[in-house]
Amino acid sequence: MELNPPLEIDKALLKKRNAAETRFKLYGLAAVLTAVLVLGLLLTSIVSKGYTAFEQTYILLDVRLDQATIDPKGTGRQEDLAAASYRGILRDALKEQFPEAESRNEKRSLYGLVGSAAEYDLRNAVLENPKLVGTTATIAVKASDDVDSYIKGFIPRDVPQSDRKIKDQELGWLDTLEADDRVIKKFNIDFFTHADSREPEEAGILGAVIGSLYTLAITLALCFPIGVLTAIYLEEFAPRNRWTDIIEVNINNLAAVPSIVFGLLGLAIFLNFFGLPRSAPLVGGMVLALMTLPTIIIASRAALKAVPPSIREAALGMGASRMQTVFHHVFPLAMPGILTGTILGMAQALGETAPLLMIGMVAFIADIPGSINDAATVLPVQIFLWADSPERGFVEKTSAAIMVLLAFLVVMNAIAVLLRKRFERRW
Amino acid sequence: MQNSNDHIVRSFDKELRTIHEIIIRMGGMAENQLAEAVDALVQRDSAKAEMVRAEDAKIDALEEELEAAVVQLIALRQPVANDLRAVISALKISSDLERIGDYAKNIAKRSIAINQMPPQKSVTSIMRMSRLVQEIVKDTLDAFSHSDKDRAIDVWHRDEEVDEMYTSLFRELLTYMMEDPRNIGACTHMLFIAKNIERMGDHATNIAETIYYLSTGHKLEGKRPKGDRTPFQILSAEEDNGEVEI
Amino acid sequence: MDMQNFKTREKAAMAEPKIIARDVNVYYGQSQALKSIELDIAANEVTALIGPSGCGKSTFLRCINRMNDVIESCRVEGRITLEGIDIYNSGLDPVLLRARVGMVFQKPNPFPKSIYDNIAYGPRLHGIASGKDELEATVESSLRRAGLWEEVKDRLDSPGTGLSGGQQQRLCIARAIAVNPEVILMDEPCSALDPIATAKIEELIDELRENFTIVIVTHSMQQAARVSQKTAFFHLGELVEVGETDKLFTSPEDQRTQGYITGRFG
Repeated sequence: MELNPPLEIDKALLKKRNAAETRFKLYGLAAVLTAVLVLGLLLTSIVSKGYTAFEQTYILLDVRLDQATIDPKGTGRQEDLAAASYRGILRDALKEQFPEAESRNEKRSLYGLVGSAAEYDLRNAVLENPKLVGTTATIAVKASDDVDSYIKGFIPRDVPQSDRKIKDQELGWLDTLEADDRVIKKFNIDFFTHADSREPEEAGILGAVIGSLYTLAITLALCFPIGVLTAIYLEEFAPRNRWTDIIEVNINNLAAVPSIVFGLLGLAIFLNFFGLPRSAPLVGGMVLALMTLPTIIIASRAALKAVPPSIREAALGMGASRMQTVFHHVFPLAMPGILTGTILGMAQALGETAPLLMIGMVAFIADIPGSINDAATVLPVQIFLWADSPERGFVEKTSAAIMVLLAFLVVMNAIAVLLRKRFERRW
Repeated sequence: MQNSNDHIVRSFDKELRTIHEIIIRMGGMAENQLAEAVDALVQRDSAKAEMVRAEDAKIDALEEELEAAVVQLIALRQPVANDLRAVISALKISSDLERIGDYAKNIAKRSIAINQMPPQKSVTSIMRMSRLVQEIVKDTLDAFSHSDKDRAIDVWHRDEEVDEMYTSLFRELLTYMMEDPRNIGACTHMLFIAKNIERMGDHATNIAETIYYLSTGHKLEGKRPKGDRTPFQILSAEEDNGEVEI
Repeated sequence: MDMQNFKTREKAAMAEPKIIARDVNVYYGQSQALKSIELDIAANEVTALIGPSGCGKSTFLRCINRMNDVIESCRVEGRITLEGIDIYNSGLDPVLLRARVGMVFQKPNPFPKSIYDNIAYGPRLHGIASGKDELEATVESSLRRAGLWEEVKDRLDSPGTGLSGGQQQRLCIARAIAVNPEVILMDEPCSALDPIATAKIEELIDELRENFTIVIVTHSMQQAARVSQKTAFFHLGELVEVGETDKLFTSPEDQRTQGYITGRFG
């Protein structure tokens, strides 16, 4: 019996096989490189567009804070100080800075240099330091979003005036201010402490973050216990018959249902039938819980299945009951897998927009939600809203919000990895 | 489809077959040695007798070969049940056959001595007895090669005939010796030869027992047939006709 | 054979069998895995169950402590009694049965916990040891009886999964004997171990025989021959032959037994 082929044939075949292997490796490498490149491009574009949103342009103005206009009675109380008309004072300061603006239109564009909420910067400065009243203080007030864009270099000077948001006259004023070192940039803390606003320089993401946190808390509180208990029952206790098969198939199918369908379901049942409040994190959380449930059940079942049957046998053989077997041994061993699945499900829920649109979480909410029943929005919806807004200032906000959302997702995934690492060591 | 009598490991079968073949060859040689030795005696052929003496070394060599094969097989295959019985039986049968070969050699040696003396009358009786034993050895080997327990039992019973023949030959030789004291030398040799042949029969019986155990797994029950009454015989000098009292 | 062994045997021969199986039929769904098994298992003896894969020997073993209950499609008919108590039909809780009939599995399967917790699990579960001191004493004596104490006494807190395969299996045996069962079932306990570890387990089995009744399923006929006093040969769901091990391995009655143990089929 001749078992070994002649050596020459062997060599040719070997060469071919090796070449095929090398080619396959190269294809793989190319695919990975492409993916990395695309991801890099995406991140670069987002970061390059968005990092400027973390800075805000301020204009330093010499403001005369007369006792008579601010606090005529001289009480010095906070309420009285707050009640004063700071808008007038601010306008006076601007007029003083640029007395050449005389016509109505000129004045309007002069006032437009500062943001529509700049008077509150002034008020806050006074409230913080009431001793300023009666003096002339140099106060930093927010520039308007157009000025901010120009200073950040998004509005070019060399296009015709008609195509520019900042006209020649305003450019002149800004040049003067810049020459006087009256234009400064500060870290935009408002972006993290404000809720949404119509004015880009005032808009922040805190409202959306809080909304997201409430929504996720509801989602987690609902779908973790339900999902895990379902998984344990199906995996460890349920008899294998037609009914459990149907349930299993349906759970798998639910995981593939488009998320917007869950939104419709929430709209029809939670809002229209149960009459729960519209736009509220409570309903959003419930809808997302429905959507995440199959993911958690599938992940938990996989984790339970991955626990070697020998452990179950060992426990049963020692005389443990079914439930003791599950809760003493199987569940603790499956925990890291279950937690990983849950966190990934939560991350998915965090990034979900479509079902929330259906239950009204797409509304413009200028307040930070105080409870799960308040109208709120969530991070991805906020991104969607800003991306839809025409103002130039919202472009960078959109990217910045995406960065924040990505940061949350990365943190959640990191926690998942950490948990898995930490628990698996005991395995 | 594999024959259900074959092992899954084919080399195991080959090794068992080798052992089996060695036994058959040894048996054939032992049987032949007996025939040749008795021929040498009958034909007063000392050259043939010398040849028989030389041949015995071959049987010894075969026994050694078999021993080595058995030890190797036990060490490497750990045989159980019928395989274990087969190898253990082979070991026992081979030592019996080797003894048979030794007796044949002894007969050859004695025949050389007898050839120096005048021809003996009892040679024909020896020849008859040796034919019977040859047949028994042959049947034993047949029983072995077919693992035939019935034939083994049959052989086992036939040893009685050999013993009876021996008893009568013993008596015959005693008579010769009493007739003429000059016969004593040759007759003593003849007596030993007869005893050797009788012992060969006993070994054949041993082999038959082994074959029975080999094929059934049980010991052959029952009392061993005994026809050899010579140990109980006393020579009574008072009776002149040489009658032997039992 | 020393005097001790002889006495144990003598006693066993006189006493009632520990486990009696009568007309045991086991079905997995439609297919029948065991056909009318009749088997007596004597106390303080090692009974080996041998046979080719799928012959039902493991199934029978698992009937003795009702581990087959876990398999849904499995149906057991007939009577199996443990010291006269019908383990299937007398309302005996499987949990209690398993405390009396311990089991050691093919793959060493210590819990991913400390060595101490592995042994203490059973006594805690069944409330056998009261108090920390008693529990510690139980752990020590179980490990000693399993011949593992000297090797692990300094690291009772380290995980049981960190031990070598043979040590893990002895840990599993120690875990099983910690609840002081009457019978220990072993399902191919050495199939994953090297020869030295196997020899240690076999030696241990022989020692344990004094206090426990042991039923062992093994694929190694040499192992069955070495450790057991009685051997039962299963084939295609039938109990073909059962008898004294020394007799079964020298001159089996049944052709199928002979064919299997000599390596002619299986």
